Amino acid sequence: MMSWPALYTQLVGANRHSTSLGKIWLSVLFIFRVMVLMVAAESVWGDEQADFTCNTLQPGCENVCYDQFFPVSHIRLWCLQLLFVSTPTLLIAMHVAYRNHRDKKRLLQASRRAAFLSSKSQLEQEEELESLKKRKLPIAGSFWWTYAFSILCRLLFEGGFMYVLYVLYDGFRMPRLVRCDQWPCPNLVDCFVSRPTEKTVFTVFMATASSLCMVLNMAELTYLIAKSIQNTLWRESTEIEQ
Amino acid sequence: MNWGSFYAVISGVNRHSTGIGRIWLSVIFIFRILVLVVAAESVWGDEKSGFICNTQQPGCNSVCYDQFFPISHIRLWALQLILVSTPALLVAMHVAHQRHISKKILRRSGRGSPREIEHIKNQKFQITGALWWTYMISIIFRILFEVAFLYIFYMIYPGFKMVRLVKCDSYPCPNTVDCFVSRPTEKTIFTVFMLAVSGVCVLLNLAEVLYLMGRACKRCFCRSEDESKADWISQRLSSYKQNEINLLTDQSLKSKFTVTKKSPTEKGERCSAF
Repeated sequence: MMSWPALYTQLVGANRHSTSLGKIWLSVLFIFRVMVLMVAAESVWGDEQADFTCNTLQPGCENVCYDQFFPVSHIRLWCLQLLFVSTPTLLIAMHVAYRNHRDKKRLLQASRRAAFLSSKSQLEQEEELESLKKRKLPIAGSFWWTYAFSILCRLLFEGGFMYVLYVLYDGFRMPRLVRCDQWPCPNLVDCFVSRPTEKTVFTVFMATASSLCMVLNMAELTYLIAKSIQNTLWRESTEIEQ
Repeated sequence: MNWGSFYAVISGVNRHSTGIGRIWLSVIFIFRILVLVVAAESVWGDEKSGFICNTQQPGCNSVCYDQFFPISHIRLWALQLILVSTPALLVAMHVAHQRHISKKILRRSGRGSPREIEHIKNQKFQITGALWWTYMISIIFRILFEVAFLYIFYMIYPGFKMVRLVKCDSYPCPNTVDCFVSRPTEKTIFTVFMLAVSGVCVLLNLAEVLYLMGRACKRCFCRSEDESKADWISQRLSSYKQNEINLLTDQSLKSKFTVTKKSPTEKGERCSAF
C-alpha cells in the first residue's frame, strides 16, 4: 500500500545524485512537513466538520455552511502539495535509470568485443556493471537540465499551492466565527469553527516550512547555475592556454 | 512518516555521539516519545468532546475551549520533540561531508580500493576539530529549543496544574458560564512528568557541554606538555598529506579545505579542540 514511508524510500534513492542543498531540502520536507502533518496537524483537523457548530437547528444548514467556508480542507491541500512537490525528484530518478540502462548496454557490447579479443573474465564484467549501478552521476550536460527543470517545477508547485491556500482562506488565519446565510439556513446564522487558534498556529508553521523549502530550492538553482558558469569559464580558459 | 521512522533517522547519529549523548537520546525516546504516543495521547484524546459548558447555546463550547486551550499540550510536546531532536542531524551532515571529502582524496590519490572506501564508510570520527564545534552548536540549539518550549508552555498554561473548572464569557455565551475540563488530574500528572523529563534532558545536555569542554581542555593541556617524537612524526605526515593534496587536487577543491600546520612551539600557547 502506498504511504508516506514508501514515498520517502523512492525519494531517498534519487537523493544520492542530489547536491547537498537538495539533501537538506529532502530532510526539511520529511521532518518539518510530512512528519508534523502526520503526527500533529491531522489530529487538530480531525473533528473539523463534526465540531463545526451553527446557531440553528435547521437540518442541512451546518453541512452547507461548512462546505461554503471550507471547500478543501487544509490537510488535504497540504497532502496534495507535498505529493506534487516530491514528484519532480522522480524525473531525476528516471533520467538516472535511463543513463544507467544506456551505459550498461554500451558496456555489455564493449566487453563482448573485448572478451572476444582477449580473455576478460565474467567476474570483471560483473564488477564493472555493479560499479555502474553504484556510481554517482555528475550533474552535467542533459542531467543538469533535468535537475534544473525539476527544481523549477518544485518552486512552481510550492508557490502555486501557497497562493491557492492564501486565496481560499483569505490569509493564513482561521476565524473563530463565520456568518452564513446559504439555503436552507433560515437567516444569517453564526457558525463556530473548532480549534481556530491551534489551526492558525499550524497553518503558519506549515507556511513557514514551505517558504524555507522554497528558499532552499532557489539557493540550489542559483548554485547550479553558478557552478555551470564557473565550469564553462574554466574549460574556456584551459582551451585558450592550449 | 511517523515516530518510528523518525527514530531510525535520528538514532543513526548515535554512533558519533558521546556516552551522555546516547543516554540523552534514550531518555528522549523512552520517556518522552514513547510516553507521548502510548499514554499521553489517549489522555488528551477526548479533550474537546469532553469539554462541557453549562449552557445549551450552540458555539459556546467551541469558543470557550479555543480561548482556554489555544494549542493542545500534545501538539506542543510533539513540536518540541521534533525541534529538539533535529539539531543532531547537523552532526550527521558534517560527518557525511567529512566522509565525502576523504573518499574524494582517496580516489584522486589512486588508493581508492573498495576495501578502503568501505573502511571510510564505517569509520567513526573523533569529536575533534570542526566536528567538535558542530557538535557543540547542535547541543546549544537543543538546550535553546527545550528552554524556549518550556517558556512557551509556562506562558500559555501558567502553573503546570490543569484546572477542573474555567469560567468563560466570550460571545456567543449568554453570560459567564462554567466549563468543565475532562480528566484534569490525569492531565496534571502527565504534564508534570513530561516537564520533569524535559528538565532532565536539559541537565544532560548541559553535562554533555561541560564534558566536551573538559575533554578539549585536557587534550590541549596534554599536548602542550608532551612534545614527543610521535607528535613531530604525525606533524610531518600531515604536512606530506597537505603536499599530496595540493598536487592532486584542482583549484576548486583547494579552496574548500586546508589542513592547518602548527609549529611545535605554537601549539602549547593556545587551548583548542584541534
